[in-house]
Amino acid sequence: MWGIHLGSLARRSAAVLVLAALAGGSCVRNPPPVEPEPTAPPPGAEAAARARPDTPAPRPSPRPTAPQPPPPVLPEEDEFTARSLEEINRDSPLSPVFFPYDSSELDAEAQTVIQANADVLVQFPTWVVTIEGHCDERGTPEYNLGLGERRALAVRDHLVRLGLPASQLRTVSYGKEFPFVPGSDETSWAANRRAHFVITAQ
Amino acid sequence: MKNPSRSFALTVSLALSAAGAVVLTQPQDDAPIPERSQVDLIIGDRIGSQPRFAVPDCLAPGGEPELVSAGRILAQVLWDDLEFEREFRMLPRDTYATVPPARSVTDLPFRAWQELGADGVVSCSLTGLPDGRVSVQARLFNTRSLESAFGVEYSGTLRNVRVYAHELSDEIHRQQRGLEGVARSRITFVSDRDSESALGLVENRRTKEVYVADYDGANVQRVTVSRSLNVTPTWSVNGRAIAYTSWRSGPPDVFISHIYEGRLESPLGGTVEVHNWLPSYSPDGRYIAFTSNRDGNPEIYISRTDGTDLRRLTNHPGIDTSPTWSPVGLQIAFTSNRTGSPQIYVVGVDGTGLRRITFESYCDRPTWSPAPYNEIAYASRTGPGYDIKVVDLATNEVRQLTFGLGSNESPSYAANGRHLVFSSDRSGDRQLFLIGRDGRGLRRITNSGNNEMPGWSK
Repeated sequence: MWGIHLGSLARRSAAVLVLAALAGGSCVRNPPPVEPEPTAPPPGAEAAARARPDTPAPRPSPRPTAPQPPPPVLPEEDEFTARSLEEINRDSPLSPVFFPYDSSELDAEAQTVIQANADVLVQFPTWVVTIEGHCDERGTPEYNLGLGERRALAVRDHLVRLGLPASQLRTVSYGKEFPFVPGSDETSWAANRRAHFVITAQ
Repeated sequence: MKNPSRSFALTVSLALSAAGAVVLTQPQDDAPIPERSQVDLIIGDRIGSQPRFAVPDCLAPGGEPELVSAGRILAQVLWDDLEFEREFRMLPRDTYATVPPARSVTDLPFRAWQELGADGVVSCSLTGLPDGRVSVQARLFNTRSLESAFGVEYSGTLRNVRVYAHELSDEIHRQQRGLEGVARSRITFVSDRDSESALGLVENRRTKEVYVADYDGANVQRVTVSRSLNVTPTWSVNGRAIAYTSWRSGPPDVFISHIYEGRLESPLGGTVEVHNWLPSYSPDGRYIAFTSNRDGNPEIYISRTDGTDLRRLTNHPGIDTSPTWSPVGLQIAFTSNRTGSPQIYVVGVDGTGLRRITFESYCDRPTWSPAPYNEIAYASRTGPGYDIKVVDLATNEVRQLTFGLGSNESPSYAANGRHLVFSSDRSGDRQLFLIGRDGRGLRRITNSGNNEMPGWSK
């Protein structure tokens, strides 16, 4: 649902995205003010506009007054383009895929999530996404490096089957080295058995 | 053997060598290893018992405080080294109070040592040299025959006095027992003790770096400064390089750090697509076995250390990982989940002769022992965590070294095959422990931060 919403934004913003990316690193470092004055562009955007006069400076626009029904709430078009990779990833439009214990199988739920992520990625052909494979703490550190790789590859291969270009997708395994949730219970373990999407290039 | 005057550990040649102090800087490669019968002869008059040794503080005839202190450290480290191999019964150092101090390195109160029950005493002294260095003299005396089994003399700085003790321990084991000690060996491992936040787009990720330490945990030095994840370090055969898995350039790749030259290489052709991890050196040091995704799935490969002569060893849609070489270098043991759960397998380096070794719930990190033992140590799930087990390849017998205290993982053998190092969280944080291949002699060797995935030098 929000994928469609995003798509309509994305088609218009694709050019802006590319240009913003070309404008260099200065604009991606500084987050726009949370509640911007309508007339004051973010300082980063200003610098970017100066650095490259033909770059349209992103306009801050007010957030939608009516909240979108389901999470995740997508940022507004222009805000999105001005956001750094760090910020986009912090509030990522791409959902993690979860796995059963010691498995890289994609069940129906996992495939639904991957489909939704594919719908987003189709709209942002310039994005490069790294699929991180993670494991829970119960396996050995050595074997888990392979298991994480398998999880990342399984998701990558499924996205390619859905038509995404492999050039847009990278994989990395972190085994059990970077857990998302501390704790030694089934809830934590389940949250850590995942393929996590990180947007590594706009 | 029944003649008490024979006592322990004296051969004519060794006794002769005591006549003059031997300057020993390098162990001699051509030193004859006693025949088995000879070793039996020199065990001493107590059949089936070990000779009892004492190591009093080294003398500092000049009385310099730093030499007195170094003499105490040297003696303690030597005592620990000798205790570690369990070839001698070491008399505790706090029981020596009744023994008067030696007048010199050769003038010992032998009667008093006899009364204490010592069969042998290590006598040593530290003398400052005019050039600021120090001379270390050591003798091993038989308290009954009053003969010196041998003598050595080292000279050097006081910077790492422990090295003299380690050298002396290896020398005593070699001469008395025909045993290659591991007191001068080192252990590499990863630790979060200096953890920083890892570079990257995701917050709250902490680095792990590669370190080396003496086998007893002393003298820790950091190897990597990468602000990234680094795991599974392993020593090259000549001890001059450490190969490990690092994410320093993004995806995991195998890096080789030439630690004495400050040179770093990544010869296995890692890219954003091709990932390599878990390196393992062949016994001749010319090849590396490793895991790679280069054909779309984790498989085992071997290649020369410069990346040439690449060969694929496994071909299965499951996970094949964690390779380790047999002592002769003709076979590789590895972990595979091809039957559903991770188990240990062995395959020839030509890809033939695959056979399954373990039939348990979950096994990983096989480590093939050095010769003359022919066994594989591994981590086996025995409950919520893992224990260290060893499978004897001649008999297929499995013996367990740890028993459910914490989770015990990542075993690695000492060069003489008599000891293993592994990590355990039995004391809360994850720390490194040493244990004998018979399951005796557990020792903890790290304290700071979490320490794991050890590799013992070869």
